[in-house]
Amino acid sequence: MNRFEYVRAGTVAEAVGAFGAGARFIAGGTNLLDLMKYEVEKPGRLIDITHLPLKGIEEANGGLRLGALATNANVAYDSRVAERYPLLRNAILAGASAQLRNAATTGGNLLQRTRCYYFYDAGTPCNKREPGSGCPAIGGVNRIHAIFGTSDQCIATHPSDMCIALSALEATVQVSGPDGERSIPFAEFHRLPGNEPQKDTNLKPGEIIVAVDLPEQGFSRNYTYLKLRDRLSYAFALVSVAAALDLDGDTIKTARLALGGVAHKPWRNIQAEAELAGKPATRETFAKVADMIVAEAKPQSENGFKIELARRAIVRGLEQAAAGTPQSLSDKRIQ
Amino acid sequence: MQLEQSPPVSADTPIGITLTINGQRRELQVTPWTTLLDLLRERLDLTGTKKGCDHGQCGACTVLVNGTRVNSCLTLAVMKDGAEITTVEGLASLGERKGSNALHPIQEAFIEHDAFQCGYCTPGQLCSAVGMMEEGHAHSREEIREAMSGNICRCGAYTNIVDAIEDVMHQGGAR
Repeated sequence: MNRFEYVRAGTVAEAVGAFGAGARFIAGGTNLLDLMKYEVEKPGRLIDITHLPLKGIEEANGGLRLGALATNANVAYDSRVAERYPLLRNAILAGASAQLRNAATTGGNLLQRTRCYYFYDAGTPCNKREPGSGCPAIGGVNRIHAIFGTSDQCIATHPSDMCIALSALEATVQVSGPDGERSIPFAEFHRLPGNEPQKDTNLKPGEIIVAVDLPEQGFSRNYTYLKLRDRLSYAFALVSVAAALDLDGDTIKTARLALGGVAHKPWRNIQAEAELAGKPATRETFAKVADMIVAEAKPQSENGFKIELARRAIVRGLEQAAAGTPQSLSDKRIQ
Repeated sequence: MQLEQSPPVSADTPIGITLTINGQRRELQVTPWTTLLDLLRERLDLTGTKKGCDHGQCGACTVLVNGTRVNSCLTLAVMKDGAEITTVEGLASLGERKGSNALHPIQEAFIEHDAFQCGYCTPGQLCSAVGMMEEGHAHSREEIREAMSGNICRCGAYTNIVDAIEDVMHQGGAR
């Protein structure tokens, strides 16, 4: 790990004021310190924001406001989250380990970097780490990489489970920065790689996440978070599905569907969700929509299997949501 | 705990922090890039806590910070100023405070159930198990396995580790 200056901030304004070139905010540190040990991140200054008053989970506008420093564990085990947003709870508990969830924060989860092997290996080129240096994942070892929204510069995936649920729930990210406060709809928070894969999000320099707002509708009856991975726990998703339905009898009123492990950001297809509205909640309906979504997929040399995996996961996820039988967190058999 | 903003500390200046480690209050000077794991092992000679992967993937470095299990390898000591730290060396006294015998019940259970071979992951498994029981979310065998998935055992003693934890949970012996 490189040497760095350490600043302990007591307020959001102090934290923002301490920001400058080469500075990073640190909270849980579970991703940043890992990246620093690999010398992927070499900040000249760390601004410790763990003392900011942003740990709370509060009622707000009919929904809940998750403070940016609320830990993953505190959010997942909050009784209001469990009752009203069980999709979020399940997604959080599907990710990482208990130790990491005890340290990792809501804001930090949104800012996780990709787990692309080449991004993590400072000895190889990577357009995300060193813009313009190239992407060895394209044509290289890319079994875990993206099938949607890739560019000729980057095929990395976003690693978070929590963000897939936040995407489906249409959360709002509250930020504060040198130019004041603003709200960012979740769909506009993360980016596709395009020509600037070094930018994971639309945060501006010096901006800090202060909260994530959950809207009133939590889809607490018909939801699932289905995560498919190489081992049954403590592994990143190859494909995951956050499915949420609002049903009128057997007819779908509203559908939300976000995919993880397949793109540079939580992947939604608004046309496909609209296609579900007004349709009967049947396997035939779900299969048609799954076909529509994966029609846009583009395989790399080693990850073509993800297309069929995603297609099946979408159908199964929607079936689980419609039946009101969310994927179990401890019994990993997929029903 | 002092909450006022500290001025930027130049990279070579150690920072004064106070930690209570296994019940003993310690005033320490640390450089900001010192992890809690390295502080425990290299400075304080508390080598029970193990360095496995040093990247938060194996759980060998698990300790309790203010009663909560975390990976000490992904924790900067300077950020835990004022905290109470419990390492494997301090588990027995947690048990003693509850009127138990010399070892913590989970340590007794690991011996009873032969829950280790090489022992390298064991301090982390023990601290993680104590933290897990405090959290109180895992009840069934499947839930224990899931809740302990952050602790890797290359010898594959998982079955006996879960047996040991179940035994202590059923005794109501979680601290």
